[in-house]
Amino acid sequence: MADTADDLRRTPLHELHRALGGRMVAFAGYSMPVQYEGILAEHRWTRASAGLFDVSHMGQRVLSGPGQDAVADALESITPGSFRNLAPGRMRYTLLLADTGGILDDLMVTRPAGGGDGQLMLVFNAARKEIDDAYFGERLPGTFALEALDDRALLALQGPKAVDALARHCPEAAGLTFMSATEARFDDAECLVSRSGYTGEDGFEISVRAEDAVRVARTLLDEPEVKPVGLGARDSLRLEAGLPLYGHDLDETTSPVEAGLAFAIAKARRETGGFPGADRILRELAEGPARLRVGIRPAGRAPVREGADILGLGDTRIGEVTSGGFGPTVEAPVAMGYVAAPYAAPGTDVQVSGRRGPEPATVAALPFVPPRYVR
Amino acid sequence: MVLRYTKDHEWVNAEGDVATIGITAYAADQLGDVVYVELPEVGQKVAKGDATATVESVKAASDVYAPVSGEVVEVNSELGDTPQRVNEAPESAGWFMKLRLSKPAELDALMDDETYRDFTDSL
Repeated sequence: MADTADDLRRTPLHELHRALGGRMVAFAGYSMPVQYEGILAEHRWTRASAGLFDVSHMGQRVLSGPGQDAVADALESITPGSFRNLAPGRMRYTLLLADTGGILDDLMVTRPAGGGDGQLMLVFNAARKEIDDAYFGERLPGTFALEALDDRALLALQGPKAVDALARHCPEAAGLTFMSATEARFDDAECLVSRSGYTGEDGFEISVRAEDAVRVARTLLDEPEVKPVGLGARDSLRLEAGLPLYGHDLDETTSPVEAGLAFAIAKARRETGGFPGADRILRELAEGPARLRVGIRPAGRAPVREGADILGLGDTRIGEVTSGGFGPTVEAPVAMGYVAAPYAAPGTDVQVSGRRGPEPATVAALPFVPPRYVR
Repeated sequence: MVLRYTKDHEWVNAEGDVATIGITAYAADQLGDVVYVELPEVGQKVAKGDATATVESVKAASDVYAPVSGEVVEVNSELGDTPQRVNEAPESAGWFMKLRLSKPAELDALMDDETYRDFTDSL
């Protein structure tokens, strides 16, 4: 098992993870905690109470340019979203697209609550930061700047009791609805807090200055509702919530339509196009894609893993598992993957090639666990 | 009673010509939460080094190799409903299978308790 090699980057919470007994692994070039007391316990605690995650490895960025409309238009030139109509303090999920229509990254876009004055906040996947930075540099004129907020940490507090714990230190948080954000204070620390996350639960992401990160994290961990949660449970939580993970369920060959992310293609953009890969993506919207991201429920107790072939009942290969494991809340193995379109209806009987040969499985609707966002 | 260990972190507890086999506390800790164990059939003959069981944790699947040769005479069917026994009591209630030894001398090549502790300390 990989441990903290010297060439791995560390988040501002590195020493805290070690003090809390976190088992550190290499992830996207960072030394990150995969678990503390155990993945199953951390997963269940998050669904029942509140889990604190360090997601400081993700890429916090500010895109700025000459005016709010200009910045919105710049982002629209490389994504299928609409950002001119993004209200102050609102967030939107979008996709960075290649000219082939494949997905370069998925990201969150936040318009500052103060309006922005020519700025949008972005959060990139950790493993895609360099690629995204280069792409913005290539595609946007020099009047736009993408600033890396490397002096900031990002914490996620997720679960039904997250609001109780956070509101004691940041009362503004309780007034937010899902996918909204505000500048605020956590006790006396400046922060940007949003009601968002990657678990399917109600919860928040809190961006703080690196020098405040340990104090904020320790303050939250002192709340009775909160325990630290590692990347292992983050993965099982997002898998149950049906949320795709870049590099596994999404890559440069998958289109937004195949990935079931057509909601990220704004209505206006479906008519006007004008984003990378629009030919393919609009055609797939009209005619249907050749393959689709689906949930997979193995019939047995054995988890199926990423890379396993999905077979029709006649043993022909119809797709591939892209994420798979055990769903602690479902109390059964769960997976997601891509299948040829004729097999994508929930309830379709398929097989998954396992270590023990083909095993029966069923195509399932996503998510496996219904979301509990506060809208 | 002869208690031996392998470099793959299995334990073998031989009493007469029957050996009980499982994975060590070190292995269980490294694997994390076990959610499924695939066990061999009673009556199956296995050779030393054969992949005879699979243990699936939340994180990954791992083969369990037969540390000695023999015939499977019993498996721990309790693990079907309670795979967490492997984490709770890896070196007792979380046992995997019992083999009737066909080559008892194979035990001599395995590590004793002290040698195994030194081995895991070195990892």
